[in-house]
Amino acid sequence: MDDTIVAISTALGEGAISIIRVSGNDAIRIVNSIFNGKDLNKVSSHTINYGYIVYKDEIIDEVLVSVMKAPKTYTKEDVIEINTHGSIAVVNKIMEILLLLGCRLAEPGEITKRAFLNGRIDLTEAEGVMDLINSETELSRKIAINEVSGKVSELIIDLRDKIVSLISNIEVNIDYPEYEDIEVVTIKRIKEEVKEMKVKLQEVLKLSLDGKILKDGIKTVILGKPNVGKSSLLNALLEEEKAIVTDVKGTTRDIVEGNIIVGGVKLNLIDTAGVRKSDDVVEKIGIEKSINLIKEAELVLLVLDSSENLTEEDIFLLDKTKDKKRIVIMNKVDLKGNNTYNEEVIKISAKNNIGIELIKDKIKQLFNVGTFMNKNLTLFTNARQISLLKSAISSLEDVEKGANENLEIDMIEIDLKLVWEKLGDIIGANYTEELVDNLFSRFCLGK
Amino acid sequence: MLYNTKEMKVINLNYEVIVVGAGHAGCEAALATSRLEKKTLLITINKENIADMPCNPSIGGSAKGIVVREIDALGGEMGRNADKTLLQIKMLNKSKGPAVRSLRSQADKVTYKKEMIKTLEAQENLEIKEAIVSDLLVEENKIVGITTEDGESINCNICILTTGTYLKADILVGDNRKPEGPHGEKRANFLSDNLKKLGFNILRLKTGTPPRIERSSIDFSELKREDGDDEELTFSFDNKVYYDYKNQVPCYLTYTNEKTHKIIMDNLNKSAMYGGFYEKLGTGPRYCPSIEDKVVRFSDKERHQLFLEPESLFYDDIYLQGFSTSMPYDVQEEMVHSLKGLEHAKILRYAYAIEYDAIDPLQLKPSLETKLIENLFTAGQINGTSGYEEAAGQGIIAGINASLKLDKKSPLILSRSDAYIGVLIDDLVTKGTIEPYRLLTSRAEFRLLLRSDNADLRLSKKAYEIGLLSKERYDKLLRKENDIKNLEEELKNITFPQYKCNLREYLKRPEVKIIDYIDKFSKKYDKEVLEQVEINYKYEGYITKAKKEADKIIKLGTKQIPDDIDYSKVDNLATEARQKLEKVRPRTIDQATRISGVNPSDIAILMVYLKRYYNE
Repeated sequence: MDDTIVAISTALGEGAISIIRVSGNDAIRIVNSIFNGKDLNKVSSHTINYGYIVYKDEIIDEVLVSVMKAPKTYTKEDVIEINTHGSIAVVNKIMEILLLLGCRLAEPGEITKRAFLNGRIDLTEAEGVMDLINSETELSRKIAINEVSGKVSELIIDLRDKIVSLISNIEVNIDYPEYEDIEVVTIKRIKEEVKEMKVKLQEVLKLSLDGKILKDGIKTVILGKPNVGKSSLLNALLEEEKAIVTDVKGTTRDIVEGNIIVGGVKLNLIDTAGVRKSDDVVEKIGIEKSINLIKEAELVLLVLDSSENLTEEDIFLLDKTKDKKRIVIMNKVDLKGNNTYNEEVIKISAKNNIGIELIKDKIKQLFNVGTFMNKNLTLFTNARQISLLKSAISSLEDVEKGANENLEIDMIEIDLKLVWEKLGDIIGANYTEELVDNLFSRFCLGK
Repeated sequence: MLYNTKEMKVINLNYEVIVVGAGHAGCEAALATSRLEKKTLLITINKENIADMPCNPSIGGSAKGIVVREIDALGGEMGRNADKTLLQIKMLNKSKGPAVRSLRSQADKVTYKKEMIKTLEAQENLEIKEAIVSDLLVEENKIVGITTEDGESINCNICILTTGTYLKADILVGDNRKPEGPHGEKRANFLSDNLKKLGFNILRLKTGTPPRIERSSIDFSELKREDGDDEELTFSFDNKVYYDYKNQVPCYLTYTNEKTHKIIMDNLNKSAMYGGFYEKLGTGPRYCPSIEDKVVRFSDKERHQLFLEPESLFYDDIYLQGFSTSMPYDVQEEMVHSLKGLEHAKILRYAYAIEYDAIDPLQLKPSLETKLIENLFTAGQINGTSGYEEAAGQGIIAGINASLKLDKKSPLILSRSDAYIGVLIDDLVTKGTIEPYRLLTSRAEFRLLLRSDNADLRLSKKAYEIGLLSKERYDKLLRKENDIKNLEEELKNITFPQYKCNLREYLKRPEVKIIDYIDKFSKKYDKEVLEQVEINYKYEGYITKAKKEADKIIKLGTKQIPDDIDYSKVDNLATEARQKLEKVRPRTIDQATRISGVNPSDIAILMVYLKRYYNE
């Protein structure tokens, strides 16, 4: 990490100002050599300095230069930020000069990588920053920002502290068994504390699962018997012709997949072939696939025909999806209806674009989208963290099981230690192979 | 270095091993090397003090009792010697799980020494000599011998330093500091300075011992009596019982009170440790604080427990456990007399604190050979530990490895999932210590695997291969293993149709005991075999988990770090991590993860470097 890196920190070509960030031992020296204004070597840390970028007697731009000296900076190295006028040409020119003078172009996320490696942020925060960089919607950005804020780590650190104090009390009981006046940890106390921890972690898990789904996009399946209007619904949601719509049953044979953003929420759509009991070989494959997709889906949009009675297939699909997050949609309300299905349904006419907004609202409601617009949430949104969280909860359940069976305290403690370790893994407090894999995959280490 | 000068007489050039110091570490080390047929010289300041117990009259205790079992499983002497000299013995933590059960005994200080001296004297290849070692003879960073304060110089191939608390020891009582070892013995004046000259980092440590009270002056009538267990117990897997369990010597329990605390607080400025008489004091152990420490640090506690333990059947001293202090004599009198039952007590020996030099254990390899000087090993309190058991555990490993080194074989390194001794040594050479180090069960992450009951199954094969365990004991082990296997098979065939399971599964229920089913077995199995099988099934789920965790460590343990790694070439390491890695020079990634100040991200960076290193 001895070299000095440079990156454009704002999206190119957008906004009136672009920020070029330089981090490393030579950041101040290099920028100072092309800065016409105060001597940046001499200005105080954390100051903004007005001047010009001048190279080979040519004025490149009028700029504001922020000087932040190590260690109180994002990367814990010397950091310079050059605020330039936003034109691509100017930014590119400055970048070119900085590279000529010895800076190296940062790899994607490398500045964050340095912040992590220099101990400025922990793993969850670093992961959050990477998510932030990659977020596509406003919603994913908001979710990612919660991780960056360190809220997540705070909760985990707090729980780990609680576990440590419980464990150390148990250890004292073991190491000094002859001392009667030390408080003895009882099964009852363990049960109480574990219950409380479990409730907390389960809340976080629930929120996290929704958060992850929202961040990555909701895997959505549109189901319904052939020709019920699935493709029309998709089109209405897409507001463009992406799937082929015909009046011939079973024409949407190939699964069309695509991502759409509906009311700020990303849906990863899978339009399945019509689910229909069929002897037709091609259709059969489609049906099996559809049933598999129900298992995978995080949201099911089940379309019924308002103009017909429920068919055997409709009942089959209603049954298969009853434990899923689903929206039952009654299509073709424009036609004369005689469908008697009377649970909560959203009535639409995909063809005439009626009721589509109701679907969007229902999606937001199902996934608590409103909650995620709030900044101060504690949640994890990457698969690594969520799987560790699940595993920590399962170890807590093992603790409960041991306590209920009245096992010896030091046996129960084994699972308690596992909880502590798994929580540590989440925030990168322990070294694990997973951590290395994660670093390799996210931070392009070792290049 | 010059050593063969005129005024020095060079004696016997044939010693392969010299062990300096005959405490618990030295005895085990010397017995191990001589039993492995290496000509050994054991040097002690005073033969009378061989295997002395200068502090508590007890062997074993939480975690420590398991170490004694491990020493025995490795073919060491401490367990057998304790068995021969028991006054009382009990199993601690009986109400807890099998992993944390541990034996604790009161041993007779007189017979303990006597029995050990007998064993040493009967040992072939072993000579004992009285002398004070003052310097090491080193050529090209390799040990070649030692010199004594009398000007003798003795050659050897390997030297093991087990000097205990004797290096530049000072006894502290009140404002009085005397340059003496335990019980006013001579101290070793020069050796630690000479170690410093050789490049060793010297630590100054401190510990203390409580007063000894005359038995006949104590009124035991109102004190709570603490007896041994009502069954025959032994440390050694020989299972030879030397004592009468129905006739054990009791301990007693008393407490400090408000009056005691007031005396201590009123006189705090007179305590050697609190009075500020000395500019620089050694670091004392947190887990074994003086009574001053306890009263000051836990001021809300109304009383502290004190145990009255017999020292020997041959003299009248009662050891007042929990009451170590460095107050002046008159204050000690007052303090002792404030205790219930000790109102008229006569103090036979006053409490004192002792300060001594030790080496920084980060300068050791896991074999206990020093990194600086080849063929120089150290074990026991010189490495910064406290406790007879910790010392003996290191002693036997140093002895074994000295012998293996002479035979040009690779050292015996016990892992953290092999033995408490492995945990102890790994902690020392990886984390170092700033206070006298004591083993605690909490230091062992895999204690479910490191039980008192299975020390032989864990270690005895290794000892037999090395040559330290007798054929008799090895055969016994094989029989035990075989019986365990057979019994486990038998369990499968005893079924409970009403529960739709066999005895093996049925045993998992907490309330089911194997002992109730012995009539159903084809033969009479030993108690130890029944116990093993019962634990294996009752705790199967937990044992599986522990093994899985241990495997992770073992996997990391196979990721070797090359001996010649240049940490300055590993890019991106944090400065602190780089310094620590340089100092410890871990052998494996697993060891590196346990160095304080080395963060997970540093390990990741190191892994990246090693991947590249091994690919090139």
